[in-house]
This record gives sequence, C-alpha cells and structure tokens, in this order.
Amino acid sequence: MRTRWMTAALAAGVLTLAACGGGGDDTSGGSGPGGLELPKIDKLASVGAGEGVVNIVSWAGYVEDGTTDKAVDWVTGFEKETGCQVNNKVAGTSDEMVTLMKTGEYDLVSASGDASLRLIYGGDVAPVNTDLIANYRDVFDGLKNKQWNAVDGQPYGVPHGRGANLLMYRTDTVTPAPTSWSAVFDPASPHKGKITAYDSPIYIADAAVYLMATKPDLGITNPYALDDTQFQAAVDLLKQQNELIGEYWSDYTKEVQAFKAGNSVLGTTWQVIANLSKADGAPVEAILPTEGATGWSDTWMIGAKAAHPNCAYLWMNHIISPEANAGVAEWFGEAPANKLACAVTVAKDHCATFHADDEAYFGKVWYWTTPLARCVDGRTDVTCKDYSAWTQAWTTIKG
Amino acid sequence: MRRYLRLAALLSAPLLWLVVAYLGSLAVLLVSAFWTVNGFTGGVVREFSLANFRTILTEEVYRNVTLRSVGVAASVTVICVVLAVPMAYFMAKVASRRSRPWLVIAILTPLWASYLVKAYAWRVLLAPGGPLESLFGVTAGYGLPATVLVLAYMWLPYMILPIHAGLERLPDSLLEASADLGARAGRTFRAVVLPIIVPSIFAGSIFTFSLSLGDYITVQIVGGKTQLIGNLVYANIGAANNLPFAAAIACIPVLIMVIYLVAVRRSGALEEL
Repeated sequence: MRTRWMTAALAAGVLTLAACGGGGDDTSGGSGPGGLELPKIDKLASVGAGEGVVNIVSWAGYVEDGTTDKAVDWVTGFEKETGCQVNNKVAGTSDEMVTLMKTGEYDLVSASGDASLRLIYGGDVAPVNTDLIANYRDVFDGLKNKQWNAVDGQPYGVPHGRGANLLMYRTDTVTPAPTSWSAVFDPASPHKGKITAYDSPIYIADAAVYLMATKPDLGITNPYALDDTQFQAAVDLLKQQNELIGEYWSDYTKEVQAFKAGNSVLGTTWQVIANLSKADGAPVEAILPTEGATGWSDTWMIGAKAAHPNCAYLWMNHIISPEANAGVAEWFGEAPANKLACAVTVAKDHCATFHADDEAYFGKVWYWTTPLARCVDGRTDVTCKDYSAWTQAWTTIKG
Repeated sequence: MRRYLRLAALLSAPLLWLVVAYLGSLAVLLVSAFWTVNGFTGGVVREFSLANFRTILTEEVYRNVTLRSVGVAASVTVICVVLAVPMAYFMAKVASRRSRPWLVIAILTPLWASYLVKAYAWRVLLAPGGPLESLFGVTAGYGLPATVLVLAYMWLPYMILPIHAGLERLPDSLLEASADLGARAGRTFRAVVLPIIVPSIFAGSIFTFSLSLGDYITVQIVGGKTQLIGNLVYANIGAANNLPFAAAIACIPVLIMVIYLVAVRRSGALEEL
C-alpha cells in the first residue's frame, strides 16, 4: 500500500515536470552554421555613465589587479577612473566560458574562436558598436572582421590579442630539449607517466596539427575540419598518448604546481603558465615546436543580457588601449591587438618576439575554432565531425 | 480528528521536503536525461530522445568507467570493513570504560577537517619524492590505487560508527558464555559476534559504497588521469555543457544504489541506520 502511494506521487511529479518542459523551442532552419538563425540583438547606441560594477569571465592572466604580482595591474587604474568595480571570474576552458555566459550573470567575456561563434548564434552575446570604442581604430587590420569575431561585417567584439599554445618542459629532466610535438606523442618516451595534456576536446586539434606534419597522406588541411578517417587517426593518436599521460590539466594553477613538483615534466602550455612556473622557481622552458601549433585569437564580447553595458564598453575600450593591451600581452605572453601597444611594452622587442604583425607566422598557428559538420576548410564532399562528436570522443580517449 | 490534524501539521513540512525537493529533483534528473543539446550553441533541445542512453549503452568507455567506479566503491568498502571491525571491537569491548568516549571522539575528529584539505594533504603525501616515499621508499603515486586509499581513509569513520553501535548492543555475557562453553576467540568471533554485527556492516557499507560511487573530487586530486562516473557527470556539465547527457550518466549510480539497497534490505541492515 505504502509503496503504491509513493509510486503514484513520483509518477505525478514526473508528469507535471514533463508537461512543464513540453513547450520546447521552435527549431526552424536559418542561414548560419548548422542551419541556425542569427539572433536579433540590438547594439548599444551610446555610452552613458558607468553603473559602478562590471562582471567579467576571462582567461587566467587577462584581468590582473596587482594581487598576483604587484607590478602587474591594469585594473586598479580603470576602477579609479571609471568607478566601475571589476569582478573577475577565471575560466579554464572555452566550454566553461560558454556555460558561464549562458547564465546571463556576466557582462563581458574574453572568448576564443572556439567559443565566439557558439556565443553569437546562441544569442548569448550582443553585437558591438565599435564607434563607441575609441581605441578600436588602432587595432591591427589583420584582426578586424574575421569569421570568429564578426558576422556579415558586423563586429561582435573587440580583438584582444593572439598567440600559440606551446610545448613546456623541465630543463633539468628533459634533455636534449625537444623541438617537435613528437616529444609528447612518442610511445617510447622516457618520460612516460610525466607527460601532461590540455583537458578539453579542443586538444584533439593539437593531435591533428601533428598529423598534418607527420602523416601528409591523411590530407588534413585544417585541424578543425576532420572527416571520419582523419578524426579517427587523431583519436587513435591521443588514445596512444593516454598511456604516457600522468595527469591532464585544465586548471592552470594545477599545471604550475605539477611542473614545480616534477609530477609533470613535458606537455602543452600557455606562455603565462611558463612565466608563473619560472617565477615559482621551476626550471622550465616553453617553445613553439616545428610543426606549428594550435593557438588563439581572443575577442572581448559583451553579454546579450549585460546588466552593466556602460561599464562593459568602458572596459572594452580600456583593455585595448595601448598601455593595458601591452600589459596583458607581456604578462600573458601573446601578441597585442593594438598596434600602438608595441611602442609601450617594457621589453622593446616584444612585438617582434611574438610576431604581432607577422601574418605569415600566424599562418602556422591554428586559432581555436569550433568544429562544424559543414567542414570549416570549405570541403563540401564530406561531412566533418562537429563539436559534440569531439566532446564524446574526448571521454573515450581518456578511457 | 484533532489528532490527525496535529499529525498532518507535524508531517507536512518534512513530507513536502521529501516530495518536492528530493523526489522532485530526481524526477527532473530523469526527465532531462531524455533531452538533448544542440551541438553548436549548447542550447537544450526539449524533445524526447533516447540518444543519450543509446550512447551510454553502446560506447565501451561508459561500461568501463561504470565497472571501474563500482570496483573502487567495492574495494573502499572492503578495506573499510577490514579496518573498522577490529577498531570498533576494541572501542566497544576491550578499551577501558573511561577511555571509550574519547576513542569515539578521536574517530570523529577527522570529520571536522575539510574534505578538500584532507585530499590535498594526501596529494602532497603521495607525491613522487614526497613524505611517503622518503619514509617507506615507495609511494602509490597518483592513480587508481591512490584513489582507493584516500577514499578508504575519508569514509572509514562512517564504517566504524555503525559497527561500534552494533557491538555496544552486544551483551558481554554472550561473549562470556561462549568462552565458558570452551570456544576460543576465533570461534566466538565467527559464531557470536559476526552474526550480530553483519547488519551493522551492511549499514556502514551503504555509506562507504554510495559516497565512493559518487565521488569526483578525490579522484581529480590524487587519481591522475583516472575517470570515474562522477568525473563524467562533472565534465559533461562543466566542460561540455551537456546537462541532459550528464543527467543520463547520473542515472547509472542511482540505478546501482537502488539495486544495492534492495539487496541490503534483505539483510535487515536498514533497521540499523
């Protein structure tokens, strides 16, 4: 008797909820990737007084207020000048950024190319009125109106900077110094169990970049456009690499700690992690391997439901100002977006080192891009694996 | 009539909690497991689909992870039983009457410390070249053995306490009678003590088993690249933003626990909780 009552209550609950959830969204086809309609969201017409607060989702090292390093601070001055208190949330992966922006609680995001289009077509970010951002005119033309930060000529954000994912190693244990990604894929590696890799489906592209150089007969022309055979080859390579991996990382502090303690001695990294590890006294070096690498070209985007749009515009103008942009570029280890930033970097050759205006160099760097079923390299005779297939494969790779 | 009214007033709040918050969230979980996510924008598509369950059943990796998680939970439970029975016996029967409350407090104190602090402490202990290695010349390193070890450490008090409670109810006279009849310690344990504490052991195992089955933090900290069910749920919510698929995966431990509870119920352990 008692159990029957419980079953009935449970069933009633399920039915109610099913009924509530039944009014699903319409799924009419559109013109965007995956047949999606571009959501109509208005851009801001004019910037008024700041609202006192701005909430940001960013990559580690993009929003520094002097707490990590006293000399590294481009937030305090902005807060004093505009009265906008900056609240920053650091995200470890692009997927996490998309998830956070979907909550609608954040005004700004420093989105990479594998998040930006998902945010635009998901209706999570608004188009940007670049007339309201004075520093926009000094941004390198090579970064404006690209397929990851604009749709039909309408910018959805301001370019922040770009760089490559690097190979980091401990100089005391890894000799001779590696020059190729083969160091992290070689099944006979002497560093088995102490190799690390980035814990995100987008890391599959790193394997694809390596295969482009080592297995040309696969015919990969873009690591984000992989058909069935190419995708399978990349997944197999990563499954084989899994035997060598000690830990995967997505939290940058965990990687700093692992390299410092020596649990990891070799693996993919960002320049900022190498800098932090060195500052912590770990004997590490980071290089761009000969095969080229994946990388990022980041864009500051404003949330579609931003509660503090004025402060958000003020921040977007501030973060690409020559001084702030130079500060981030040097701290994070990337090429700045503002051409005037090159004149104010502490290291005078920073822009040359990071190839700020060297489009040929960035031809070798594959910016993170969302993989789509309609191949992003323009092939129409095959279907490519889309991001959800990448996500599922990533679980399989880790076993 | 007034008695029923009073009873209803008394029970309505907890019943509401049980039905709305507890069963309700389970129902939401079950329903959303049948939805899917748009692969590109990450928006939830609210249409009935069995795709999530098909993936879980057909992809080998989910079977492996499930078996691994059950294996970890079972090993942790066995280790806890082996350690907890003698400890609980000592606390309840051997130690002097005055020291007994202090022993119980000693068992409880680790529960006061934060879970994360304990897990990170083990990360330091287990590190290559860390304290364990310099002391014993060997360390488990990060991986599956380390995960089992740390989880067993975490959940041991939850095993000791029910067994201790069960042993306290065991009259000393039974042990004396057994000895008077000529049984040695081993025989007394097998024939008298064990049958009485078996339900307590099962009661404790519900805690250790279910807590281990759902854990994803310890394994992230000391498990190296090991994935358990909890990690898959976490990765699908946090990284992949695929809540429906996470819900479908979360149904696996729910199902395992239901089977486990039904099995345990037959031993009478639920009365020991």
